[in-house]
Amino acid sequence: MKETPLSNCERDFLLKAIEEKKRLDGRQTYDYRKIKITFGTDYGCCFVDLGQTRVMAQASCELVAPKDSRPNEGIMSFNLELSPMASPAFEQGRQSELSVKLNRQLERCLRNSKCIDTESLCVVSGEKVWKIRVDVHTLNNDGNLMDAASVAAISALCHFRRPDVGIQGEEVTVYGPEERDPIPLSIYHMPISVSFAFFQQGTYLLVDPCEREERVMDGLLMIAMNKHREICSIQSSGGIMLLKEQVMRCSKIASVKVSEITELINKALLNDKTARKAGGRCGFAESMPQERITALKTDQTSVEMTDVAETASSVFQTAEAPPQTAPSPLVPAPGVGQVGEGVRNTWGLEEEGEEEENEEGVSSGGDSVEEMTKMEEEQHKESKSRKADVVEILDSDEEEEEEEEEVVILYPETTGKAKNAGSSSGQKGAATSRKQRKK
Amino acid sequence: MAGLELLTDQGYRLDGRKATELRKVQARMGVFAQADGSAYLEQGNTKALAVVYGPHEMRGSRSRALHDRAVINCQYSMATFSTAERKRRPHGDRKSTEMSLHLKQTFEAAVMTQLFPRSQIDIYVKILQSDGGNYSVCVNAATLAVIDAGIPMRDYVCACTVGFVDETPLADLCHAEEGGGVSSLALALLPRGGQIALVQMDARLHQDHLETLIEAAMTACKGVSKVLDGVVRQHLHEASVHSRE
Repeated sequence: MKETPLSNCERDFLLKAIEEKKRLDGRQTYDYRKIKITFGTDYGCCFVDLGQTRVMAQASCELVAPKDSRPNEGIMSFNLELSPMASPAFEQGRQSELSVKLNRQLERCLRNSKCIDTESLCVVSGEKVWKIRVDVHTLNNDGNLMDAASVAAISALCHFRRPDVGIQGEEVTVYGPEERDPIPLSIYHMPISVSFAFFQQGTYLLVDPCEREERVMDGLLMIAMNKHREICSIQSSGGIMLLKEQVMRCSKIASVKVSEITELINKALLNDKTARKAGGRCGFAESMPQERITALKTDQTSVEMTDVAETASSVFQTAEAPPQTAPSPLVPAPGVGQVGEGVRNTWGLEEEGEEEENEEGVSSGGDSVEEMTKMEEEQHKESKSRKADVVEILDSDEEEEEEEEEVVILYPETTGKAKNAGSSSGQKGAATSRKQRKK
Repeated sequence: MAGLELLTDQGYRLDGRKATELRKVQARMGVFAQADGSAYLEQGNTKALAVVYGPHEMRGSRSRALHDRAVINCQYSMATFSTAERKRRPHGDRKSTEMSLHLKQTFEAAVMTQLFPRSQIDIYVKILQSDGGNYSVCVNAATLAVIDAGIPMRDYVCACTVGFVDETPLADLCHAEEGGGVSSLALALLPRGGQIALVQMDARLHQDHLETLIEAAMTACKGVSKVLDGVVRQHLHEASVHSRE
């Protein structure tokens, strides 16, 4: 499905707000949305909420033959799926540009930086090694899928436990979880990606863009770092041109953010560990917020109240006086109500016709009931006369040579008596008046 | 590749270059008569061929046409004989799609697309021999091809891959240096304004070294731009001599 296009006024509003350093959800320029990390019942299952963006990562393993070029190293594979439930723009099965981009970025961020000790995954050199596979599924897209995916992937890897393996001579036995406790992976460091969105050809910069901001941005810079201040990956995308100072500034901001996020991940892992040890129930179902259908409960949203009084008073001053109130409705007959007298005809017709109509309107008096009945009478008369007449199109060259008006007059000449106040027959009135002038 | 000394104590690299030396660049423009613009560029042992068609009417889906700019369509491919092991490279695998996207992004920043609304510019690049710095060589070759096609650009787009070994940045990495787990940074630069069209880095690098690495990359790109400028002027001179005769 094609994405709904962004309207120009929405785009202008977003850009203008960014120029004034305001964001849609009230964040500061360098603020992240609220990150929530929860783990599932299985080891290696992780859900990450970045504001409304939601992704799920699952780590799994199997024994395979190693690659020929690296016989004593394990294999890591990453796969990110853009599920159609995340956004109507994502299509099942089609490998869109965004999907390729995110997959490659995730691979480069986690694999090239060697965050996992692959040599410890080797079981029998040259024959059997562990292949660790991380699948990331996007559940809801509200912008910045890359950051959410990287947090989810690394949390899943940290949480994951692989089965213990025993080697006796040639025999390799894989112990199940009941026989021997599964072993965690050996992780050197945790690379986390931070995304920066650029607007107005690089003049303005935002961290963690939401979906609306992503639509209007010019380009994106993704920096993946770990808490030891080592940069694991940099990738710029979109047709923007950056300056070296901008890249340096972004890397400084990224280091701060990454240390915060790493702490969050560690805390979540610790909580999960203690919960499991205490034997308490843990897992995704437990961590779901109490969103019951029968209850209407939302988080408190903060509203910026600075300058509200001043803005309000300035608005009052510049505003025009409110329009006159309409008269209260009259009830001429049961089931009939009337408010006002109707709008004046603005079809730009001949002034004579209008003057005549005006005169008539004035003469009929301000009494609404009389007007009503008169209109009814006139329409009645008109319908009578209509039946008798034949509709013919006026010959334009005969009589209206001087006037080049392109009015096709459907009703033939009638006597000028039936002057109707209603606008529906205004044209007829005009035609008749013109005819009379000619004559 | 343990044991391979990428930088000796005297400051020499595997192929005898110094740390800031670029590989030898040889280029030729206008190699194909059929295409609007074409170029062949060799940087050391990496050889790339770039061909440009356009600007022409939108082919395929008219709906993708942009009302105010031209669409740039890039395709990157490697010949099967380009690496040490012959590998059949299917089109549309993730790495070549990613590379095509990066090329597209780089040239969208540099080509003045506002002059050609509702049209399309195709850039096809093929690596004939891969010896490191694939992306950079592609960008350099494509720049020459776009200039050969007469499409206006803001500036030359020059790219270079630099690595960081023993606290020293190495300019223009070759394949052996790239594979050694060295942190490599690929940078595409518009030299006159110092604007970065694309920056891409893999492997761990401490934040403090980032500035030196980017500086080294920019210097290397400026060196490449001088070479490319020389090639373009030489080509024009030859063409004018030809037309005079």
